Amino acid sequence: MDSGAGESSAADDYESLMSTTDAELLKSAWRNEKAAPEILNYAADLVQRSRQQIQLMEEMVEDYINDGVDPLTVSLYQIDLDRTMFLLRSYLRTRLQKIEKYVFHIQKTAEEWNRLSKQEQKFASRFAGDIKHHLDQSVLSRLPDQYQSHLRQSAASEEDDMVPEPQLDSYVVCRSKKYLGTYQLNDGGEELINIEADDLYALPYKSIKPLVESGQVDLV
Amino acid sequence: MAGTSDPHASAFSAAELEFLAEDEIIEIVPNLRMDALNFISGDFGPFRPQIPTQAPLWLAVALKKRGKCTIRTPEWMSVDKLTQVLEAERDSDKFQPLPFHYVQISRLLFDHAQGDIPDTYMVRSLIEDIKDVRFHKIGKGLESISGEGTFALKLLMPSVMLIGFSIAANSLKNLSAMEANIVRPFVTRALETFYKLSSSDMIQETDHAPNRQQTANRGPRRQLKDR
Repeated sequence: MDSGAGESSAADDYESLMSTTDAELLKSAWRNEKAAPEILNYAADLVQRSRQQIQLMEEMVEDYINDGVDPLTVSLYQIDLDRTMFLLRSYLRTRLQKIEKYVFHIQKTAEEWNRLSKQEQKFASRFAGDIKHHLDQSVLSRLPDQYQSHLRQSAASEEDDMVPEPQLDSYVVCRSKKYLGTYQLNDGGEELINIEADDLYALPYKSIKPLVESGQVDLV
Repeated sequence: MAGTSDPHASAFSAAELEFLAEDEIIEIVPNLRMDALNFISGDFGPFRPQIPTQAPLWLAVALKKRGKCTIRTPEWMSVDKLTQVLEAERDSDKFQPLPFHYVQISRLLFDHAQGDIPDTYMVRSLIEDIKDVRFHKIGKGLESISGEGTFALKLLMPSVMLIGFSIAANSLKNLSAMEANIVRPFVTRALETFYKLSSSDMIQETDHAPNRQQTANRGPRRQLKDR
């Protein structure tokens, strides 16, 4: 019965150095995913563990209801369960939205393709196929020969310029947990800024991409 | 495509910010007896009558709704503290340290725990004033973002210090979640535009003559690409 709680406290001990519980990790993954302009790495383990915890919780709540435990306690557990499920669902939903937006680009770029989970990849392929089919049927097949690709403006284009790409230059607001010292902002290489703990910064996403991936800064 | 044409409308809705704020810990005084609760988000309790305990905001509000506890106002929400903060906000250019989610926390407490807050009306009006003053400061700060190569923004005081050519340092220190969320779309769009303008400026400088002929072609294509 306590295995749900046991798991989270075991995770607690293990991560007590970083003092982050699964719930917190899920929260930051959700926040980062929402604020970033491109799709981030899929937090496979985190999602897996959260799923398990949610399942255990659900079973626990059912048992509680059957045992006739105080309905107040049951409803509180239910609220917590709902909150965690919301986080998880919203995380997955945001990713799906980004996939839908940039599906052709993701298909083309191996690096981004690898950031998707297996199910997301399946979804992306099917979605891409559907969109292509739709575009072909409704518009492209009626255009003159040279212009029938869904990826390029015309056969004369050198690259796939009809494919929307995530704007990596877009600015994001971010915050670092610790003092990171001077950090070089740009490949134009001039400016170094001091990154202090808990200050908010508005920077182009490109410049802090490595920091986000290593979890040192959080997008807000 | 399913994507919207405005990808930078605030990333978070107000409801989502409230959701985030609900995990903040506050003190409650339960009037019931309950064993420890092991949630996915953490372990809280046990609850004993009249013994103050810590709990996340959502739990506190849920218990309060069912009449099972009273909420202890966080100490930053006292009339004295708030008056201090308000004075300081008015006098200085910087933002005063306030809890990151102060807007949401105060909102939730007003909605559900009005009886527990001493001098509710005073506190409420003080918080409104503080919000207004801060917003005003943000507005002033944004006005003074100059175009010349503002690359990164760090709003410390609402004034832009241009270091060298390509950076402005204004730290958004002590900005709260709601405020950051509200200025975010404007700030990001503005900085991006500056960025684009400054880099295209540099391109235009390097090739003058060939540009003339190519602008006709470049024009429409550019439009499509930029989306």
